[in-house]
Amino acid sequence: MPQMDNRGNYIISLGAFCRWLGEQAEALGVEIYPGFSGADLFIEDGKVCGVITGDMGINRQGKPKPDYTSGMILRAKQTILAEGARGSLSKKAMARFDLRKNADPQTFGLGIKEVWEIPAENHRPGFVQHSFGWPLDTHTYGGAFLYHFGENLVSYGFITALDYRNPWLSPFEEMQRTKQHPAFKKHFEGGRRIMYGARAISEGGLQSLPHPIFPGGVLTGDCAGFLNMPKIKGIHTSMKSGMIAADAVLEAIQTEQTEASTYMQALKASWLWKELSAARNIRPAFSHWGMLGGAAYSGIDSMIFRGRAPWTLHHRHADNQTLLPADQAPKIDYPKADGKLTFNRAESVFLSNISHDDDQPVHLHVGDMQTWKEVNLARFAAPESRYCPAGVYETNEAEELVINAQNCVHCKSCDIKDPEQDINWCTPEGGSGPNYPSGM
Amino acid sequence: MKVLVPVKRVVDYNIKPRVAADGRGVETQGVKMSMNPFDEIALEEALRLREKGHASEVIAVTIGPQVAQDVLRTAMAMGADRAILISTDVDCEPRVVANLLKAVVEKEQPGLISMGKQAIDDDMNATGQMLAAKLGWPQGTFASQVDIADGHATVTREVDGGTETLALTLPAVITADLRLNEPRYASLPNIMKARKKPLETLEAASLGVDLTPHLTVVKVAEPPQRTAGIIVETVDELVQKLKTEAKVI
Repeated sequence: MPQMDNRGNYIISLGAFCRWLGEQAEALGVEIYPGFSGADLFIEDGKVCGVITGDMGINRQGKPKPDYTSGMILRAKQTILAEGARGSLSKKAMARFDLRKNADPQTFGLGIKEVWEIPAENHRPGFVQHSFGWPLDTHTYGGAFLYHFGENLVSYGFITALDYRNPWLSPFEEMQRTKQHPAFKKHFEGGRRIMYGARAISEGGLQSLPHPIFPGGVLTGDCAGFLNMPKIKGIHTSMKSGMIAADAVLEAIQTEQTEASTYMQALKASWLWKELSAARNIRPAFSHWGMLGGAAYSGIDSMIFRGRAPWTLHHRHADNQTLLPADQAPKIDYPKADGKLTFNRAESVFLSNISHDDDQPVHLHVGDMQTWKEVNLARFAAPESRYCPAGVYETNEAEELVINAQNCVHCKSCDIKDPEQDINWCTPEGGSGPNYPSGM
Repeated sequence: MKVLVPVKRVVDYNIKPRVAADGRGVETQGVKMSMNPFDEIALEEALRLREKGHASEVIAVTIGPQVAQDVLRTAMAMGADRAILISTDVDCEPRVVANLLKAVVEKEQPGLISMGKQAIDDDMNATGQMLAAKLGWPQGTFASQVDIADGHATVTREVDGGTETLALTLPAVITADLRLNEPRYASLPNIMKARKKPLETLEAASLGVDLTPHLTVVKVAEPPQRTAGIIVETVDELVQKLKTEAKVI
């Protein structure tokens, strides 16, 4: 497949790159405030006029602690949202301004990643390996990636499309057991796992793209959904969307327009649009025709039509609508972790260096526990306890939902996959969350 | 009275440290760095003394490369009035740190030095004591409570088996323990204001202090992994295992 050719590319750590980029921006006078959450949009006269940062120092019961510090309004002429997939402010903006009305439902994938340090003699800098399908069932889209990079580091990850049907499926366990395949296993020999993390990505492509402009701001990067799924790459497209947005926003400010209206035209005229347009039919083909049909179609679409097929396949369901009832789906018997090649969730999350003051309100809002009991537990056997890569959700002996919010790695899968859309990911206290070192 | 608060830039306490490839230290490349938590407590105490009217100015000082400025900005965002960076690329050991701080003390003439009891990276727990000795000042280490009145500091210390209360004549060195206070957050407006507060850079070499280390790190290793526990069936089995396997009885 032409999209999967990585020759001529260079492998670096995105975390390290972003740190470097941050330094460049600060040197140009850009002020960056890490450690503060954008808790809400600040809306005035039907227009986004900035963001409101979260309060600090609120206890679990919602009462201020002695070190309470209130959030503040950051006013802006134009607000550029760049939150990554399923951004919590982007979600609000899409609902408030009805930005999704002409778009297919967005469909997501959950990427779970480990970084390993391996013996120097086994390290092959620049080595790239992708897999597809196995060990997932034929209705589930997903696969693994493996890169050798840096100083004796191997980055390994597995992406499971969140429109999977079987509620017994665990993306985490699929990721673990894929490592047992000989093609992967050999890369980890003699090594040790040093990092772990997870993140949802947008897979819907152009069909699922919301209108990215609203009064007072724009959506960029993966919170709009510019990822190229067949390539499994979204950084180049995110960066391009940011550059185009910058020009459009500047023009809007200079001409005192409420909306950066030239953003959409400029996107359509760019290589970004052309690239995503050529890739647009690949991902939906798999949800239409499963693994084999999807693969066959992809070959035809990209080799024969070169991405210019005169039709467009659509995404018919949101990811929360696809689960089969638990009693109609086969249970999956995952192998037990061996502690050397494969691990359990608790010891994995430990490597995410999560900082989270326990005495703060739970940032994963579950609307109605009765709904959870009737739908999530009775119908789907509590799927959140399996799809969450950090073990946040557990069902206790009294059949109640336990939320270990302090384990959350902010991947957003629960916000996406919850059948009744009754789990709402909100921003925790600023500075909370995983601390991924350079290499992730 | 000026209060001097020495702060150290260390690997953030949330990060699980990893031994660097050369085995001589901990990996710091691309790792989140923050102010040593005990220094935050010491700074908070200094700010509270200023708020109570006992101190006129709080000065934060750190030793390190240019990037170490970020902990000074944090200190000023929390409320320090100004900051001093003693610039050097040498990794300074406690004796050298104490000598450099002594040079700053001679220049600034503070009435109190409030510092963390130890840094969480090397856990030396030595700099405060050395600095007090070099200055010939009284010291109150492991402080869990500090009161200032009439040129004296009353310091409650955490010692083995309880607490000890000392009266120190100022100027003095106080090192902060965990229970002294709970540091405040740096609020967003204060972070913005801190960008405009004065930050002075002094070259370590210009302070007349010998920076040559006298200590050599031979090896840094991770603690051995604990093996999983087992559940024994009977008391006899337990006694048996304690005798033959654990060899403790």
